Amino acid sequence: MQPSLLTGNAAAAWGARLARVDYVPAFPITPQTEIIETIAGWVESGDLAARMVTLESEHSMITAAGAAAATGVRVFSATSSQGLLHAMEMLYTVAGWRAPFVLVNVSRGLSAPITLEADHNDIMAARDSGFLQIHCADCQEVLDSVLIAYRLAEDPDIRLPVLVNLDGFYLSFTREPVALPAAELVQTFLPPFDARNIRFSASAPQSQAVAVLGGGPYSYFRYECHLAALNGVALYQQVAEEFAGLFGRDRCAVEDYRAQDAEIVFYMVGSFATKAREAVDRLREAGQPVGLVRPRLLRPFPAAPIAALLAGKQAVIVIDQNLSVGQGGVLHTELTCSLYGRPDAPPIVCSFIGGLGGRDISAQEFYQMVAVARDAVDAGVAPPPRLLYTAEELRETRKLQAIAMAEQVETAPSPQEQGDE
Amino acid sequence: MSEGRIKRMKELPSTHLLGTGTAMCSGCGGLEAVHQIYDVLGEKTVFVNAAGCMTLLSVYPFTPFRGSWLYTAMASAPAGAQGVRDALDILIEQERLPASENLDVVVLTGDGSAYGMGMSATSGALDRNLDFLYICYDNEGYGNTGQQSSSATPHAAATSTSHNYAGYKKDLFAIWAAHDPSYVATVIGSEPLDLARKIEKAKELRGPRMILALSPCPTGWDYDPKDSVEVGKLAVKTGIWPLKEYVDGEVVHTRIPRERLPVRDYLRLQGRFAHLFQPQENTALIDAIQARVDRYWDNLV
Repeated sequence: MQPSLLTGNAAAAWGARLARVDYVPAFPITPQTEIIETIAGWVESGDLAARMVTLESEHSMITAAGAAAATGVRVFSATSSQGLLHAMEMLYTVAGWRAPFVLVNVSRGLSAPITLEADHNDIMAARDSGFLQIHCADCQEVLDSVLIAYRLAEDPDIRLPVLVNLDGFYLSFTREPVALPAAELVQTFLPPFDARNIRFSASAPQSQAVAVLGGGPYSYFRYECHLAALNGVALYQQVAEEFAGLFGRDRCAVEDYRAQDAEIVFYMVGSFATKAREAVDRLREAGQPVGLVRPRLLRPFPAAPIAALLAGKQAVIVIDQNLSVGQGGVLHTELTCSLYGRPDAPPIVCSFIGGLGGRDISAQEFYQMVAVARDAVDAGVAPPPRLLYTAEELRETRKLQAIAMAEQVETAPSPQEQGDE
Repeated sequence: MSEGRIKRMKELPSTHLLGTGTAMCSGCGGLEAVHQIYDVLGEKTVFVNAAGCMTLLSVYPFTPFRGSWLYTAMASAPAGAQGVRDALDILIEQERLPASENLDVVVLTGDGSAYGMGMSATSGALDRNLDFLYICYDNEGYGNTGQQSSSATPHAAATSTSHNYAGYKKDLFAIWAAHDPSYVATVIGSEPLDLARKIEKAKELRGPRMILALSPCPTGWDYDPKDSVEVGKLAVKTGIWPLKEYVDGEVVHTRIPRERLPVRDYLRLQGRFAHLFQPQENTALIDAIQARVDRYWDNLV
């Protein structure tokens, strides 16, 4: 089929349509809204035989999604940022129910200050919830990942909800050529949801999500969740191979872009990785053996394939589009932890924070990060974590502050007035 | 429609469906009501529970229900009901589930959720005309955490966060009725015939239906558990708990006490109102409570 020009949001909606979802509980939030509007249009026109309902909050939306999945239908939903956090209680809850469904998150920075543009603090906040996570770098990958996500979620060895993440604006509102897989092929890849014992019905009463008393049963059920998620590493690889066989696109758990013979590699998730690929090509042209390693699958964490790709490298440059306040980058923390003690682990793992609230990461910055990493390799000491920010950006922000301060000076009471009080 | 099938006490269901041995307090007026409600509703139900005392009905691996159960969270049980209802409809439409396997979806919630945290989700479900039954066991405080004041707490009650609650009980019945749902009714376990007739009626209707059950609570209201039925009867006889229903746009009182007993008869039984009588009677406050009850009934005429 000829590729169509689709936004990341439309690609996500097409994923749901091709997956023949039964139920779409929804709630609008920028920059995700186009997904549910697109689906609403198809439901209305009859192109998608699903039931759609707009809830009054994301908290309710995830509750309804989990409850419907726990009754045995195929469920799709989407949210972003504040919405994902508003639903946080229910993310943990429905994962604990082992309710299999797919939730697309369109990443957007978190308040405060409030903003609309992308970063990954929202999705990182959900990383311990029990949802599996697939991170996308382009619009085609969004569509493909939604289909793969259903295979993961519904597998009897997993039975967990899956988050598919794409970056707000950079992907959500950017049109790219996207090949729409043939519906019959998708039928082969993703058969109808076989809910087996997941149901509510009159003749087979069930109690789901009951309370437990004491740490014994509680720990047991939490461990079960964890072990099921870990099953996802091997299963994801198997599903991705099947996907490649049917659709001809490699969606393996960890992308390796010119990393095999690289000395220094970038390590990151999301759409900015496409800029890293570009930087890798330019640096290679300049004779620098640089590469990129990008996990698509972040939960479960594919520690073994990542370690294998990084083995023997001189340095890793971790770019975190998130900030764990008081600690630093989440990807950096997780990567160093998973590499620690491996005999062939890269000696230098640098941490850079960038791209918060939609801030760009320029080609110059990619080159500069490689220079910093190379200096660190020469010195044999990892550099301190860096917060990417240019002198120009600082000047612009200082200007805004000057305006804010000027207003403050004009409206503030004079010293005498203050004295009168 | 078999409205009014149950006319006499001896026509009440003789088979009791809810199992015994639950973790509820002895004398729990909420459990008393749920027992009776479940007998009429039957086991082809899925109870979608909001955080509250009755979360402890189903503790792994036990449940007193013969039908199904889903525990959600404090704020969003009606949204859970939405998901289950929609999914059952989809499965039946697609003929993946025979219609005989259908279930009535029932939200079970305390007043803490119903009057407060869960109100947004409840109002949303009403907007969407969700086909469900909503049961609130109202023990007038956050009972499961030790009876802190909630917005269902009556004026002057002592709770574990107030010696003399300054607020007034929120009118949840009116809030529901303002949404114009299929049915709203107040009930109490000490009036089983009135309760059974209302559940029977609610069961026959479709759309959003609420049963608001005043639930005398020996633990939170501080009285002897053996007096739960007596406290409930006095709540009705003093006119403090009007038994009524909203259907087809009209409010009808199902039990009008011709000669109302003084509210002090109800208040005096409960430790939470002891400060109205000890060390000396707070006549002004008791009269104010009485005046409010009188005004309610006077306005009916």
